[in-house]
Amino acid sequence: MTTTSVPSEVLPVYDTANLAPPFWEELLQVWRYRYLVPQLVSRDLKTRYKRSILGVAWTLLNPLGMLVVLTVVFSQLFRFDLPNYPVYLLSGIVFWTFFAQTSSAIANHLLWGTTLLSRIYVPRTVFALSATVTGLINFAISLVPLFAIALLAGVRPDVSLLLVPFGMFLAAAFALGVGLLLSTIALEFADILDMYQIVISAWYFLTPILYPQQIFPDAYRWALNLNPVYHILEVFRHPIYWTSAAGPLTLLAATVSAVVTLVLGWIVFTTRADQIAYKV
Amino acid sequence: MAAIDDRILVEDVSVRYRVPHERISSFKEYAIRRLQRRVVFEDFWALNGVTLAVRAGESVGVIGRNGAGKSTLLRVIARVLKPTAGRVFVRGRSAPLLEVGAGFHHELTGRENVFLNATLLGHSRREIERRFGEIVAFAELEAFIDSPLRTYSSGMAARLGFAVATAWKPDLLIVDELLAVGDEAFQQKCLERIESFKRANVALVIVSHDLAVISRMCGRAMWLDRGKVAAFGDVAEVATVYRAAITGA
Repeated sequence: MTTTSVPSEVLPVYDTANLAPPFWEELLQVWRYRYLVPQLVSRDLKTRYKRSILGVAWTLLNPLGMLVVLTVVFSQLFRFDLPNYPVYLLSGIVFWTFFAQTSSAIANHLLWGTTLLSRIYVPRTVFALSATVTGLINFAISLVPLFAIALLAGVRPDVSLLLVPFGMFLAAAFALGVGLLLSTIALEFADILDMYQIVISAWYFLTPILYPQQIFPDAYRWALNLNPVYHILEVFRHPIYWTSAAGPLTLLAATVSAVVTLVLGWIVFTTRADQIAYKV
Repeated sequence: MAAIDDRILVEDVSVRYRVPHERISSFKEYAIRRLQRRVVFEDFWALNGVTLAVRAGESVGVIGRNGAGKSTLLRVIARVLKPTAGRVFVRGRSAPLLEVGAGFHHELTGRENVFLNATLLGHSRREIERRFGEIVAFAELEAFIDSPLRTYSSGMAARLGFAVATAWKPDLLIVDELLAVGDEAFQQKCLERIESFKRANVALVIVSHDLAVISRMCGRAMWLDRGKVAAFGDVAEVATVYRAAITGA
């Protein structure tokens, strides 16, 4: 499609009588529009950082500020039996910030996209993908203060650190899946995004981020094991905090829940997304 | 089946919008209404059995009153909307001028917006770099290209939007109410560019309220009335029938 003087036989064809299944068609189109992802990401980063003097520094300072407050509160008031508590806490917080922000940013992006998408054709999931990539970049930036504090606290990283990017990748896949499911509902009911903010803060307190998993009563451990974010968080946090890889069962549970959520979200969203255009 | 020089084939296409009697956009409201069994949708057929074929180098004008389904027809061709029934076949790359400059971001500079907008239209970074100078020159915005878009007048933004959307010769051009772009001199430039596309075998579908524009640009015209084809054929004949109908009504 780069040249316009090609013979008509090789022109791209759009034929509603001959479309692939939605989830596959969408993948093909995302590949055609792949250049759009970096463009949308740089737009997001630029508009976020352009009008503030501190710019990128905010991404670094935000978790640090949170950390100071929470460390003081929790190490003085609650006294969990955790050595190096700031490292535990901060790795949990940057992970959660990524998940919470990305899953809701995806839905917001798609809502922004709908005004545009009623005018020109763009595969809708490109907006979700770019929101995920933007989130991952901010996530990566927030690793800088995390690792600085871990080193200061005397954590000596080993080879298991190689699993950290894998944990981030699983988190991205899971956030994308949740975001797509959320967007499918949000296309119909905009207030679902407000309800999601309530869900996500409950979810936050039910996940061992501020506290060690041991304080979960034994009778409710099954609930913890059913929480996919907990497993994915462990894949990410275990190498940083315990300098060893999470157990094989955790790795398996994390991978399966991330992949299943992503595939499910992708199929549901791509099948339903066409309907939204018919609402007036 | 589509002939080899068919660019657009719209076969017996219908589009149904579902309009709730009262606008329900929150889940809370929906849940309450649902329990009371009061969610009532009304079907609204924006297009109803419309058929249209456009070959390469041909231009077709679509006229009709507000709400007749003109824009819906363009959206179906532009792939923005899937038809509820019928078949849409489009061969080639289309350039939509549905709303010039949709997708511009006000905090970004003109330069950044050119890249963003052209990528939204499906072009790669390298293609855009190659055409960048030409786009800016056409829009006559060399002096402002690195200022944020919020400092542009609406005319400047529209010029930039038109320049980006038409920088690459498409296989088909889809135009909704073209002549809202800039001053008269610039409109003339836009028309010339579209004429040059026509000479280069681009298929053109244009929607306008303005019969003069349609008569000047198109060989054939379609009159849409409440989602149905009221008349289709030679532009002069359709214009006569249409004019008679609206003055008579």
